[in-house]
Amino acid sequence: MKTIDALNVYYRDLNSSIDEVVKTDKTINLKNVFGQRYIGRGLPENVKLKIYGTPGNDMAAYMDGAELEIFGNGQDAVGNTMNCGRVIVHGSCGDTLGYAMRGGEIYVEGDVGYRVGIHMKEYKEMKPIIVAGGKAGEFLGEYMAGGAIILLGLNLSKGENITGRFCGTGMHGGVIYLNGNEDKYKFGKEAVKVDITNEDILFLKKHIGFYEKTFQKDLNHLKLESFSKYAAVNKNPYSNMYCTY
Amino acid sequence: MSLDFNSPAFEVIRNEKKCIQCKVCVRQCSNKVHSYDDEDNVIYSDDIKCVNCHRCVVLCPTRALVIKKYPLEFRENANWTGAVLDEIYKQSQTGGVLLSSMGNPKSFPIYWDKMLLNASQVTNPSIDPLREPMETKVMIGRKPEKLEFDAKGKLLTKMPPQVELSVPIMFSAMSYGSISRNAHESLAKAATELGICYNTGEGGLNRDFYKYGKNTIVQVASGRFGVHKEYLNAGAAIEIKIGQGAKPGIGGHLPGRKVGEDVSATRMIPVGSDAISPAPHHDIYSIEDLRQLIFSLKEATNYGKPVFVKIAAVHNSAAIASGIVRAGADAIVIDGFRGGTGAAPTRVRDNVGIPIELALAAIDQRLREEEIRNEVSLIIAGSIRNSADVVKAVALGADAVYIGSAAVAALGCHLCRSCSTGKCNWGIATQEPELVKRLNPDIMYKRLVNLISAWNHEIQELLGGMGINAIDSLRGNRLMLRGIDLNEKELEILGIKYAGE
Repeated sequence: MKTIDALNVYYRDLNSSIDEVVKTDKTINLKNVFGQRYIGRGLPENVKLKIYGTPGNDMAAYMDGAELEIFGNGQDAVGNTMNCGRVIVHGSCGDTLGYAMRGGEIYVEGDVGYRVGIHMKEYKEMKPIIVAGGKAGEFLGEYMAGGAIILLGLNLSKGENITGRFCGTGMHGGVIYLNGNEDKYKFGKEAVKVDITNEDILFLKKHIGFYEKTFQKDLNHLKLESFSKYAAVNKNPYSNMYCTY
Repeated sequence: MSLDFNSPAFEVIRNEKKCIQCKVCVRQCSNKVHSYDDEDNVIYSDDIKCVNCHRCVVLCPTRALVIKKYPLEFRENANWTGAVLDEIYKQSQTGGVLLSSMGNPKSFPIYWDKMLLNASQVTNPSIDPLREPMETKVMIGRKPEKLEFDAKGKLLTKMPPQVELSVPIMFSAMSYGSISRNAHESLAKAATELGICYNTGEGGLNRDFYKYGKNTIVQVASGRFGVHKEYLNAGAAIEIKIGQGAKPGIGGHLPGRKVGEDVSATRMIPVGSDAISPAPHHDIYSIEDLRQLIFSLKEATNYGKPVFVKIAAVHNSAAIASGIVRAGADAIVIDGFRGGTGAAPTRVRDNVGIPIELALAAIDQRLREEEIRNEVSLIIAGSIRNSADVVKAVALGADAVYIGSAAVAALGCHLCRSCSTGKCNWGIATQEPELVKRLNPDIMYKRLVNLISAWNHEIQELLGGMGINAIDSLRGNRLMLRGIDLNEKELEILGIKYAGE
């Protein structure tokens, strides 16, 4: 294991020194990270980064198999167009988390921002997953085309909602699981609530189990069968909108 | 549904004396216009299904077929024309948004045709390109402010990544999905042979085409279809698509019925799923955000590829272009309002955006005034129809042009403007295997090579006539242009003098 001190290192230099170290040492500790962008971008399998501090925007962009564990908060666009790998954030994340991610997993201990999981898509065995312990902002899963978002809504204050409005707008694939019920008005017309099955419960168990273990929480009190599941009405939401001329 | 009020747009006229009932037309028409009645040994044609793509006309061995505009007239009315009424009939029947294909067909001014080129007479003699060296090669990419050399004359300045084009022409972004695999392969093969580039469009890059990488521009749009590290590194440059001339402010939407196995694998989405890429990239709300995306792509490719940013030509393009340069793009692509499309809402296509000639002149001027023109290459698109348009574009300030409609025309497109139906009889804008196989890439790519080679000769002739022996010397050289039939404001924006001045 190698440690890189990121204090006052320009993002470009930091990322190229990570590339350099990865050639010999697959496990790296990054200390004193303070806003450097694009950490973990495109990194391949078997690479593990432990990040201490506050990494900047576009962390794990186009990531291709690496595992990032962040002891701090993530900023905007974590996991942008991520292909595979895993991101664990011991904290909260900003907007557009997992934009167009196609594979891999993102676990966020706390809350996530606006437009999380938008354009998420799946292809064959690649199924991206986002698990967040807290709440999400508006437009969660907008244009979602595949994969799964699990929102646990832990530690909500009284009267606080698990998600904002326009959830699943333009959704044409994938599923969103919310702990508890959410008002129908919050969802776009392209998303619909569907029954939760035993398969869903096994799926939730697996990923919530990983969350519990990773963040060392006991979530036995969660009633998985009372989670709400939302899916796309169909995979061609606008097929009747046009007339050719 | 009630009665369909629409009448046919075209009339199929069959010369019965010439027709030998060979049924080629019946077999070739994917719209099922022609049908054979074996009892009477006659071929009938249903006019209303005809899109006037000329496939049957071209393939008829006895030249028995002619397609004409349907002669039915509405009572004469300069305001409520037949076209206007037909649209109302269509929409009142279906409730749908009108969808059109190819570029804006309306009769807006074509400024290319209102600009004339100069030639040398007596002084500064013209150059004969057949016998003298003539350079049409261009390098696309950010240029350093100054070059530094060591004592031996070796270049010390580290050059930003460049794309070399043998001719300042590339094939525009047309995704696999909007056009067929064979059309894509024809473009890729031709670009490779010509030493230019084609553009994947936003639908990813099929594994089989990675071998054409050196001549490929890979595109990244809001849906990020098929975008991953390998894809980004597969091409010669990366293009961020913000907008498209045919539909500024509108995104892309490939219907699920066009997403078969192979398109699905290329876009990396399930078979039959719609491919939706809305107009906004929701991670870009500002020039700073654009910079973030540009540099994420540079980071993912180790700063080895130029990054282009493509926008539609709109009212404030010049200010946006300035922002794009400052955001770190290596090239700006501006797509004019006549730019083609596989499908766009008709109202958007026909009413939104501005002519590329005016946008180009305004952007080039603005970037010069801000002293940042050298930092970026300008590529334009949006109906470049011939080599004279290319030369005029370069004189107005472009580094290179993209051609889309002209390229598909070289592959057989007859501009019937029915791409969105997916039933292209020429095998271009379709995913139906029996139609796709009509276009043989091994044969058809040569038509593209022919077209660009011919244009290259013409460009050289025009340059030589002006006494210029390198296309670089023409760039932004607006003294080589004169306007005709233009008002003062138009001349001012184009930055050119009137003919005779």
